[in-house]
Amino acid sequence: MKPRGGSIMRYAAPLKAAAQRFAFLMLIAGAVGLIILGKADAVLIERLRVAVTDAFAPILAGLARPMATVEHAIDEVRALVHLRSENERLQQDNAELKRWEQLARELAAQNQALRETLNFVPHGEERSITGRVIADSGGAFVRSLLVDAGTRDGVAKGQAVVVGQGLIGRIAEVGDISSRALLITDLNSRIPVVVETTRDHAILAGDNTDLPRLLYLPPNLSLAPGTRIVTSGDGGAFPPGLPIGTIASVGDGGMRVQPFANWSRIEYVRIIDYGLKGILGPLDPLPAPVRGKRAARP
Amino acid sequence: MIAGLALQLDRAARRLFPFALSALLVVLSVVPLPVPGYGLVVPSFALMAVYYWAIHRPDLLPAAAVFVLGLLEDILTGSPTGLNTLVLLLVYGVMRNQRRPFLGKPFAVMWFGFFVVAPAASFGHWLFASALAGRLVPAHTAFIQCLLTLALYPWMTWLFAAGQRAFLRRN
Repeated sequence: MKPRGGSIMRYAAPLKAAAQRFAFLMLIAGAVGLIILGKADAVLIERLRVAVTDAFAPILAGLARPMATVEHAIDEVRALVHLRSENERLQQDNAELKRWEQLARELAAQNQALRETLNFVPHGEERSITGRVIADSGGAFVRSLLVDAGTRDGVAKGQAVVVGQGLIGRIAEVGDISSRALLITDLNSRIPVVVETTRDHAILAGDNTDLPRLLYLPPNLSLAPGTRIVTSGDGGAFPPGLPIGTIASVGDGGMRVQPFANWSRIEYVRIIDYGLKGILGPLDPLPAPVRGKRAARP
Repeated sequence: MIAGLALQLDRAARRLFPFALSALLVVLSVVPLPVPGYGLVVPSFALMAVYYWAIHRPDLLPAAAVFVLGLLEDILTGSPTGLNTLVLLLVYGVMRNQRRPFLGKPFAVMWFGFFVVAPAASFGHWLFASALAGRLVPAHTAFIQCLLTLALYPWMTWLFAAGQRAFLRRN
């Protein structure tokens, strides 16, 4: 018995090692295959990603809650300390805002009157979905957020993601109960924008730095730092006029935009559902293919 | 009979410990913390786990488990599918073959080895990410991430070793 067992062992060990090596190489090949498949934008990969994200979303949501509670407690203490100065600042702000309110009312009335004269057909209703950020770590080479709202809540790919102060990204992947927002600072982010004052169109391109760049601006255009950049609405996915940020620097690398959003503490985001239930009127300025695709989605 | 089953279940649960802990660390690492910019430089807990277990108990964290960990990290962090998977597998493959010199050595030797492995992994990650993007991506966050990973390694080793002592002593 014993010698026989020994001889099996003699063959088994190298065989096992060879099998292990083979399995390892297959796994490496599998990883490379996944990268290539993902690069080719395979639906399969996206389904896998969405399924996994959906499965982990409840766990992440549960874990994010205590963190948020701790943060709120810290905020509370901080707020108490700054109560006086905060009050003073708010009173000043309030006075300023009252002036703006007056102006806005005047302009709204004027706008309404002008629209009536022009028989302007308004775009479809705009609805917003609020989602909580349940994962924010994109790692070193990605800028994205995971939000706890999905198709069930009316989220669809391409919708604009906004925090109080401005646009922060768009929905890139959407599952049943979770979705991933690609931030405007990400390498792959391209947003059609317009310079608010001059109405020059451009593309806002992220490059993983905090300040995304403006591409395709007309040559020789000089914009002062502080000029506001808003979405242009080109392509139809975004509502026009969403504030994004201001020109931060004008240098050799082109113009860079300082986003309004405060990246360090994004807890809730607003996802703007724009035109999904919109009217397909004859005066609709949106390109037909985009609308068709969006309308076709269940 | 029942006792035998319980023993087997107990053993299975213990053998699952390295993978379960690593997966938990991957999930925890994407939870938003109230620290500005933390999300960009979260240390790579998966890398520490793979390095540790590839040296100490590669039998309990087989290559397939590393593949799953990498994939999970890719999907939860939103990086290109397969990127972390490939980096972790390569680290695992190298460490499994080179584990002998580290076994039974003081912790400083392990950490020193990690000072070679972690930057190499970061560099590989950056290289693959750049190749995928078609241009060189900024590397400063990866650099800070690598430093944090190196700095936190002793604490995580302590955790892994404590777990190994508690759950895997009998194996």
